[in-house]
Amino acid sequence: MIQLEVNGAEQSFSGDPEMRLLWYLRDILGLTGTKFGCGLALCGACTVDKNGEAIRSCSTPMSSLAGAHITTIEGIGANGLHPVQQAWIQHDVPQCGYCQTGQIMQAISLLRKTTKPTDQQIDESMAGNICRCGTYQRIRAAIKTAAGERS
Amino acid sequence: MTILMNLSRREFLRGIVGSGALVLGAQFFPTMVSAEESSPISTPADLTTFHPQMFVGIDTDGTVHIVAHRSEMGTLIRTSLPMVLADELDADWKRVKIEQAIGDPRYGDQNTDGSRSIRQFYDTMRQAGATARLMLVQAAAQQWGVPPSELRTDHHVVLHPGTSLRRGYGELASAASKLTVPKKEDLQFKSKNEWRYIGRGMGSADVSEICTGKSIYGTDTRLEGMFYASIERPPVLGGKIKSYDEKGPLQVTGVHQTVPIDPFKPPCAFQPLGGVAVIADNTWAAFQGRRKLNVVWDNGPNASYDSEAYKKELQETARQPGKVIRSEGDVDAAFAKDASTFEAEYYVPLLAHAPMEPMAALADYRDGMVTVWAPTQSPQTVQTVLAQQLGIPKENVICHVTLLGGGFGRKSKPDFVAEAAVLSKKLGRPVKVVWTREDDIKFGYYNAVAAMYLKASLDARGKPIAWLQRSVFPPIPSTFDVSAVYGDAGHLQQGWTDIPYDIPNLRIENGPAKAHVRIGWLRSVANIYHGFAVQTFTDELAQRAGRDPAEYLLDIIGLPRRMDLSKTAYPNYGASPKTYPWETGRLRRVTEMVIEKSGWRKRKLSKGAGMGIAAHRSFLTYVACVVEVQVTDDGEISIPKVDYVVDAGLVVNPEATRAQFEGAAVFGTSIARSGKITARNGAIEQSNFFDYPVARINEAPFQTNVHIVDSDAPPAGVGEPGVPPFVPAMCNAIFAATGKRIRELPLSLG
Repeated sequence: MIQLEVNGAEQSFSGDPEMRLLWYLRDILGLTGTKFGCGLALCGACTVDKNGEAIRSCSTPMSSLAGAHITTIEGIGANGLHPVQQAWIQHDVPQCGYCQTGQIMQAISLLRKTTKPTDQQIDESMAGNICRCGTYQRIRAAIKTAAGERS
Repeated sequence: MTILMNLSRREFLRGIVGSGALVLGAQFFPTMVSAEESSPISTPADLTTFHPQMFVGIDTDGTVHIVAHRSEMGTLIRTSLPMVLADELDADWKRVKIEQAIGDPRYGDQNTDGSRSIRQFYDTMRQAGATARLMLVQAAAQQWGVPPSELRTDHHVVLHPGTSLRRGYGELASAASKLTVPKKEDLQFKSKNEWRYIGRGMGSADVSEICTGKSIYGTDTRLEGMFYASIERPPVLGGKIKSYDEKGPLQVTGVHQTVPIDPFKPPCAFQPLGGVAVIADNTWAAFQGRRKLNVVWDNGPNASYDSEAYKKELQETARQPGKVIRSEGDVDAAFAKDASTFEAEYYVPLLAHAPMEPMAALADYRDGMVTVWAPTQSPQTVQTVLAQQLGIPKENVICHVTLLGGGFGRKSKPDFVAEAAVLSKKLGRPVKVVWTREDDIKFGYYNAVAAMYLKASLDARGKPIAWLQRSVFPPIPSTFDVSAVYGDAGHLQQGWTDIPYDIPNLRIENGPAKAHVRIGWLRSVANIYHGFAVQTFTDELAQRAGRDPAEYLLDIIGLPRRMDLSKTAYPNYGASPKTYPWETGRLRRVTEMVIEKSGWRKRKLSKGAGMGIAAHRSFLTYVACVVEVQVTDDGEISIPKVDYVVDAGLVVNPEATRAQFEGAAVFGTSIARSGKITARNGAIEQSNFFDYPVARINEAPFQTNVHIVDSDAPPAGVGEPGVPPFVPAMCNAIFAATGKRIRELPLSLG
């Protein structure tokens, strides 16, 4: 039995300890805002927050999550939209939108550590998140807007 | 567990009819249609009626329901088409609810591909909106006892100028629903200066839901009691199962059973590929179970397919005379007189779509009917294919369209939906099929691998007197007819038969190539390889002549004229050549503009930097592109700036259009840098983003500027036309920066 917290709620899991967090979130808890893109931590669509760090849930086994605090896209902005979400909307970032919850989770993590990221810091932090529609220019702009709002 | 409820249109209509609301068809409906009559299930005969489309309904509370019948894969079409209707209705956008259509022929064409949603349905949307507005006006006129001509509308209200008479759309809905639908001739359309939304645009109607993770994509669908399935497919096209371990997967917790899927009967078309499905309680268990199947395959005749050998075959074929597609003047005579002709060969490999959402679909088969939820570009194709697969009438296939996590043409092919349907029928339970990324890369409908051969004879200024071009690629028709080896007109037209240059002697040829994998259309399709060859060859000719590539490009396009392609098989993307003539003047204009906007030859570039240009018409849109690259001594390429100039006729949603071109530059970057699918022993070698990389934020263009030409020409495509000119412009920029000519993709500086 693995005890963990997801979006502030206590959960216990007694299935296959090798199951990846992504599938626990999506199939067991029904939190489908976190997406499957590659299964190998190559694309970032599955990014969630674990104890304050952005992680790839597709490659994180449940066995490693005892006592962990997980926050998914559904768990941010409990009091309305998060400033990063607001910036995403302001810049019309999404096209198909599938990767964007992962992008937003990664950007929140970036801005938590680096309040005013340079272009290079944005590249370094966001290069693990693929957007096949190619919205990178707007992602960069939205991160800068969110950074401005946060300061 | 949540149950996804996407109301069918019948339920949707019953809902609004039940509330005494106005329900409207477009103007070609002879009479008002009741909810029951409009059901695709109960009235199959009704489906044969000519274009019986229903796009708008108004509730008594003033809510305007607009049906989006095209699929949303990121182009914002779910916003842009309803926006056109809302504008003509003079509706308040805030009171519009967009309802996604199920697959149903009454809406007309729903196959969301070919960059044609706006051009095909712009008039239909305006007519539907104008019809509703006129009826609301007529209802108010009746109530007030004034002639309709004295009334006007203003943002969800009908009013009588000069008096205090005003009535909201909701208040008029019931009265309007009792009126006869007006004829098309009686409709009045807004003039351009009255437009509220068209040309100004609207952000995505889905953006908030997307950014909060609430949007439902195909893979997010859930039904009570559903199974999850993951399928091990034959690695070689046409392969069959010899044996597999039926019991192995059952060792995995949560796996229920294995189910073989019949191999397809050629041609493959959109049938499931066959293989073995592992049925489980969750996706993870299904994936794990697959690892224990140990399938032994009979690979069949395609097992000899090898991309290296195939490439040599294509190139050899391209050097030989082919089937003549278009011929003007006498190319051979011109070449015979010239001792210094110039020739070059180009090559583009197979490409995979790799949308961020791997294929996924949910099907629920019961009692001779199937309901599916799918991220499909073409719900009516889903109906056709599933009807064949399940042996049921098309009307018994209800296809709900979810959001698509990317499409790029892949999700026009419903093989994955058919898999879910076949499994649901076999198991008597709802089944969701989830593809892995590896499945997506290995079982695509690839953009064709292509070899091109070009040859030119030049005058004293380096301008072509004679031009021969030959392309060889396994054609898309091979997916539907195993004997097809020549390109079809629909794809040969793409940047090939319509070469816009003013050259007296011209011959265009196509050579045969047999397909060994499924070939399909991918964002801009044959324009990718044709555009690359023609626009790179043009740059090479400029270089040979010692001329500026941009100035040379304008010279070779020549004076403004309408191309006469009447003697050639040239479908013009399905559009009338009268409405959408091929005007070289428009290509010339975007080229001139991009020279100016990009600062071509005006800006001093640093060491290792270079600019490249290309111009291309596709999907009826004229695009010129300048790419600026920076190449380090180590051969690392970055793209600081891209300028596009776009003439797409009337642009309904400019910001969404800019986004499409920004995205096209990134898509093109992926093609140029790393797009390569290969087969060995008949099986695809790549599997995931490590061996089929796509552009990341640090590799993508840093700044893409999109300049839209103000035009009153009818609307043309914007989703695809940005890709074709980008790739050669980038490669031409690399040549300018390094002197290294790129004739083969993906590019290599080695």
